[in-house]
Amino acid sequence: MDNAKPKLFTPFNVITGLILLVGIPICLYRFMGGLGAVTNLDNNNPFGLWIAFDVLTGVALAAGGYTIGTIVYIFGMKEYHPVVRPAILTAFLGYFLVGVGLAFDVGRPWRMPYPFFMSQGFTSVMFEVAACVALYLTVLFLEIAPVALEWLRMKALRNILVKATIGLTIFGVVLSTLHQSSLGSMFLIVPNKIHPLWYSTFLPIYFFVSSMIAGLSMVIFESSLSHKAFKNIIDAEPHPFDHDKIVMGLGKAAAIVMFGYFGIKVIGVAHGNHWHMLATPYGLWFLVEMVGFVLVPCFLYALGVRAGNVKLVKFTSFLAVFGVVLNRFNVCLVAFNWELPMSERYFPSFMEFMVSLTLVTAGLVAFKWIVTRMPVLTEHPEFRESH
Amino acid sequence: MSISRRGFLKIAGIGGAGAIAGAALPAAASESDFEGYPDRYGMLTDVSKCIGCRSCEAACNKQNKLPKPETPFEDLSVLDTKRRTTAQAYTVVNKYNTRGSSEPAFRKLQCNHCNEPACVSACFVKALTKTKEGPVLWNDKLCVGCRYCMIACPFYIPTYEYDNAFSPRVMKCTMCADKVAKGDGAPACAEACPTEAITFGKRSDLMALARERIRTAPDKYIDHIYGETEVGGLGWVYISHVPFDDVGLPTNLGGTPYPKFTKNALAAVPMIVVLWPVVLGGVYAFARRREAIDKQTRENAVANAIETTRADTQAKADQAREAALKRAASQAENEKKKAVKEAVDKALEEAKQQQSGEAPKEGGA
Repeated sequence: MDNAKPKLFTPFNVITGLILLVGIPICLYRFMGGLGAVTNLDNNNPFGLWIAFDVLTGVALAAGGYTIGTIVYIFGMKEYHPVVRPAILTAFLGYFLVGVGLAFDVGRPWRMPYPFFMSQGFTSVMFEVAACVALYLTVLFLEIAPVALEWLRMKALRNILVKATIGLTIFGVVLSTLHQSSLGSMFLIVPNKIHPLWYSTFLPIYFFVSSMIAGLSMVIFESSLSHKAFKNIIDAEPHPFDHDKIVMGLGKAAAIVMFGYFGIKVIGVAHGNHWHMLATPYGLWFLVEMVGFVLVPCFLYALGVRAGNVKLVKFTSFLAVFGVVLNRFNVCLVAFNWELPMSERYFPSFMEFMVSLTLVTAGLVAFKWIVTRMPVLTEHPEFRESH
Repeated sequence: MSISRRGFLKIAGIGGAGAIAGAALPAAASESDFEGYPDRYGMLTDVSKCIGCRSCEAACNKQNKLPKPETPFEDLSVLDTKRRTTAQAYTVVNKYNTRGSSEPAFRKLQCNHCNEPACVSACFVKALTKTKEGPVLWNDKLCVGCRYCMIACPFYIPTYEYDNAFSPRVMKCTMCADKVAKGDGAPACAEACPTEAITFGKRSDLMALARERIRTAPDKYIDHIYGETEVGGLGWVYISHVPFDDVGLPTNLGGTPYPKFTKNALAAVPMIVVLWPVVLGGVYAFARRREAIDKQTRENAVANAIETTRADTQAKADQAREAALKRAASQAENEKKKAVKEAVDKALEEAKQQQSGEAPKEGGA
């Protein structure tokens, strides 16, 4: 594209380079020294940062793929088409990293195909999660493949895949519904270990509905960042689209879903009759999550949309995303083992943070590599309007 | 019929659950339908008899060929700190200050070999099984190491070899399944116990023994066998002279077998697989139909507009032609009149000239 020799020492390259330089040796050390060498996991706390962040958060934040896919291809709202490809690319990279993250977390990663080919534990929620994530990663691969095929000008294969879009989208929504909710179902088996304000028989529904919030908000957040970072690519597009209008529409949808989510969370507290617990330290933390990162962003979205304030909607998307991350951390780590004394609780080690950071960085580098080469943020001139 | 608010919310919640994901029906009212394998083995701990000598720990360590601990088993000072099972110790004895007695009580921790174990249902490769003989066993050949069994266990029992990089194992009490299967007596801990605080036998016999002990010493024992109903029944049951809570046996676990907590959520999977494509396909069909109708409406509107324009143009053209014709006709008429007038004038002029010319000619002649 640009004939000038690309600069090597850009801020992006320097920062990601440094992270990878520190992170990759730690990643290797995990496999040479075992989980005990790099993590603070113990017998009371078998799930740590890599499950809370790499898996639970990763899957939730990759929900933009199925959310936008549904809006555009199933609801037929074509005006959101320009954000479909970046959303699906983000989802694909996200799920890929979830798989990589799992490989770090399980004790014998080379056995990861076992649940499919050796011995099926159908009574385990983990089985459902594994099966759906594996299948959905395949679906996302097929959904994003046309981007690479257009880049490689492999027209025939690309056209076959594009024809399968509706089928793949519906299958993807089925799988997403299943495993987004199943990540919540996983914690149904620990009624005695999770604080009652977070434990609920509705956990699967909470996880599913909040994944929509994460999906919508991530698309706003991520596409806004892309618009800044890849301005030169987008400005070169001969048919520019109105990004602000898309942000506003998604913000409106997110406000409505968040309002519904807040409602069902209140029902959960009422259902368990846990009102009195709100006045405890855990209750206050619950209120921080529910008010600070659900109700407030819900109103800010609504306000931003009514006032036509794009900046406010973009800022709110960050709050909303953070709220979902906070929820996953609360269920998996903060409210988990809440009755154990502090000395038996878990806090991630520096090396665990570094591995997670390394995975996110690898994802960013891959995203950048792809969008600067393939038709993701723009349309390929030879395939314009044909998808 | 009156429904309490909570009851109503429950119903509403169930409806919502069914509608959205169908995933969260509370465990059915009926408890375990599974009575447990008949004739299965079990263990009975009589907390009142335990003196905290750690003989069971030493015997377990030897039987299972576990690494020697840093502090020898004879050192009872370790009892002063709360311990749990580890990858190096399938069983540990803890000392408890209790409400019922001024003397401390001791209780041995190990796998309870539940009738319907949470860990077994949680394993996604069936590496954990509940054998019909009674023990819950882990299979080294299948385990992937996800550690969901450790999350699921309500008693914090399974442990993991975090420091083993290449073949980390889930470690827990096996009720000496190999030893018993060989006919080599009872599990090592039961054989080693100097006070007969641990009894091995058919679970049904142990239940009878426990009842008998409580019946013969009702003032001494709490009138409850821990593990008779807890989490659907344990293979390892307890009787005690002090409250069970005080010796670290949680009494808030309820009688629902733990696999039930996830069973309904899993049951929703085929529902979603079948229904979601129908619902989404329907929404898609609606969207397509609306799009088609919109397109048709648009096309009709365009066609109408074209038709109207064409008719308009035609009419205007006709009018213009008419007007032009009229104008042409009137112009022709005028010209004709003018021509006639001119001709007449000319004729008259000529006639006049002729007349006047003839007259002088005539006059001059």
